[in-house]
Amino acid sequence: MDFLSLHTNSFKNGIHPPENKEDTRGLPIRQFPFATELIIPMTQHIGAPAEITVREGQEVSRGQVIAKAAGYVSVPIHSPISGMVEKIGLVPTISGSKAQGVTIKAFPSSGQEVAEGYCIDYKTATADEILQAIQDAGIVGLGGAAFPTHVKLKVPEGKVCDYLIINGIECEPYLTTDHRVMLEQGDDIYMGIRYLMKVTGAKEVIIGIEGNKQDAADHLTKMKPDDIPVSVKVVPVKYPQGSEKMLITAVLGKEVPSGGLPIDVNIVTVNIATTAEMGRLLPHGRGIQERVITISGPAVKKKGNYLIPIGTPLRFVLDHVGIVDDIAEIYMGGPMMGPAVADLDISITKGTSGILVFGSKDVVHTDNIYPCIKCGACVDACPISLNPSKLGILAKFESYDRMVSDFNLMDCFECGSCSYVCPSHIPLVQYFRLSKSRYKRKQALNQH
Amino acid sequence: MRKITLNISTSPHVIIGLSTETIMKHVVYALLPAAAFGVYAFGWNALLVMMTTSVGAILTEHFLCKWSDKPSTVGDYSALLAGLLLGMTLPPIFPLWMAFLGSVITIALGKFIFGGLGNNVFNPALVGRAFLQAAFPVAITTWLQPFLPERFYSVSSSIYAWPFMRPTVDAVSGATPLSAFKFDNISTDAYDMAMGICSGSVGETSTLFIILGGIYLAWRKMMNWRIPVSIILTVFAFSAVFYMIDGKVYPSPFFTIFSGGLMLGAIFMATDMVSYPITSAGVWLYGAIIGLLTVVIRLWGGLPEGVMYAILLGNAISPHIDNLVRPRVYGTTKKLKVS
Repeated sequence: MDFLSLHTNSFKNGIHPPENKEDTRGLPIRQFPFATELIIPMTQHIGAPAEITVREGQEVSRGQVIAKAAGYVSVPIHSPISGMVEKIGLVPTISGSKAQGVTIKAFPSSGQEVAEGYCIDYKTATADEILQAIQDAGIVGLGGAAFPTHVKLKVPEGKVCDYLIINGIECEPYLTTDHRVMLEQGDDIYMGIRYLMKVTGAKEVIIGIEGNKQDAADHLTKMKPDDIPVSVKVVPVKYPQGSEKMLITAVLGKEVPSGGLPIDVNIVTVNIATTAEMGRLLPHGRGIQERVITISGPAVKKKGNYLIPIGTPLRFVLDHVGIVDDIAEIYMGGPMMGPAVADLDISITKGTSGILVFGSKDVVHTDNIYPCIKCGACVDACPISLNPSKLGILAKFESYDRMVSDFNLMDCFECGSCSYVCPSHIPLVQYFRLSKSRYKRKQALNQH
Repeated sequence: MRKITLNISTSPHVIIGLSTETIMKHVVYALLPAAAFGVYAFGWNALLVMMTTSVGAILTEHFLCKWSDKPSTVGDYSALLAGLLLGMTLPPIFPLWMAFLGSVITIALGKFIFGGLGNNVFNPALVGRAFLQAAFPVAITTWLQPFLPERFYSVSSSIYAWPFMRPTVDAVSGATPLSAFKFDNISTDAYDMAMGICSGSVGETSTLFIILGGIYLAWRKMMNWRIPVSIILTVFAFSAVFYMIDGKVYPSPFFTIFSGGLMLGAIFMATDMVSYPITSAGVWLYGAIIGLLTVVIRLWGGLPEGVMYAILLGNAISPHIDNLVRPRVYGTTKKLKVS
């Protein structure tokens, strides 16, 4: 009865920020040089920080495990470089707090060969063996969330996965990493999908791509292998389509229940770069040592898509690409959801999908906040039909309980569409982040 | 290495580039052609009325802010907008002291008493006009003929009437199309009304310029186009029904949509962001209700014009409209509370 449904290959509301992808979308992925010193924090993923298994002064080779997973929701970390462990101690991270980390000094003369590991064949391995291999490879969601992929792929008892959706949306402005990965790593993507099908038991695979990457969609359609039931679906450009929930609605017209996961509607979604990484690493038993990152923004001289070793210090990256003199702000990830950088000594992690540098004249922030004029722009923008206007007013009065119970605050996934459209420049999504954490803290206090 | 100072800020780091101040400013710009036409049609009288209300609104806002120890908010253009809108709804020979009083009421009782910009329940300009309509029923229904030859050489003496004195009307007064129809059953040509060749309030006669201003605002995404579309369609459809029942008693739907303050009200008054419903579905309903009320008041009420009261009533019920048509939250079966 498909023809009777009103499904329009899209989702409700959303926004259309300027894409700004022209500068880098046509530039092939290039290998970034190795820094002399890599700083590798142990908190690169959501979950328990990895446990360091090397000691100061130890020599490590590229691809060797330097920290093991500390539990189920955790992944190991592999050395991105051959060198010597110079220091183990606290290192700065993007969140502003410090975390345990390993500093490795590179051997300048090393050929940086990667050790070959134990091959996992998708034809013979069982689902659990593949899941274990995914964890061992240190794979996390490369879209930015950095959630351990093996946890996400585990289909719980009693649930069935019908559809596997590969997320090639990349709706954040400026970013073109997924675009390049789709154009250049098609074989890896399809190999990754084979593993994913085995793990999830999915009967059908859909690659979701936004209309501004038609060339990538055509490319993937052309090289589609015959042995897997995969289709490429192009959906109209709209932010935040890259969000799991919006993607599922756009592609299949289903809604993930509030507080639930995609598997509740028999769907598993995986980021396209993560899929390619899986297809590249698992046949060789290797771990993640590098990732593709878009370096862009008005203040960058050599914009591009680079394959950068994990742990490369941001300072080194910026020196290499060159930046204009009056830089003001640097963002890790996209401009809609990426955090601003406070410290140039932080380094590239598995979750870094972009580095954007803005000069002082490019920054559009204003300190001038007007009162809410109830224009309803945020209501028309919110992809999950919340009322950000009312939530913002309640946040000012610190009525966190009402925000949660009456206005579904916890369903907000902080896409920033409301703040983007607000003519009064009210930092709505920041209010909501704060309100959520205050609410959680209050709940925790009440339980004691 | 050179020293780099980084700012940190919260995401999103890009914004749409509109501000409340910009919106207010552009609404004023969009009103200017219609206001200028008013001056062209009614001469210096019209200019004096609009300047009085604009200056009055700005002064009131400024001093109220000062007296309540707040930074002055006249810079956000909302006071100027309210004052200009009020002026555009008044007759061209309206005594200036009354106009000034109206602008004080507009800001003080229409806006400031609720907590300033963003908190008013009603469109402030219409609160001011409703007061004037109640207080000075004669002055507010004394109209001037358009395009009088002496309009740029002299100013009507009623404009200078002293406070609380009965104004002496010396100008050639002319009935508006609505009052002509209501009291004398004379219909005016819809084309003349669209071009502004008729008598009426300072800024409401040039339907053409008002529509152009509205199209500009809708194109710049500074106005919710659904509201005027909904109001005008409803008014047209509802009055067409009665016109078809008895074309001699009831005016034609074209007459209804081009006459009086309907266009000005639908495009610039009902679309005051603060006082309309926040949901898209609610906005359609809001427009329909205003349209129905306008026709009801015009056809059966004691007054020839009904747009003002229709919009004020629409403002009053807009929170309830929001509660009636609530969007469903993604992934739930729950209808979201709106207020």
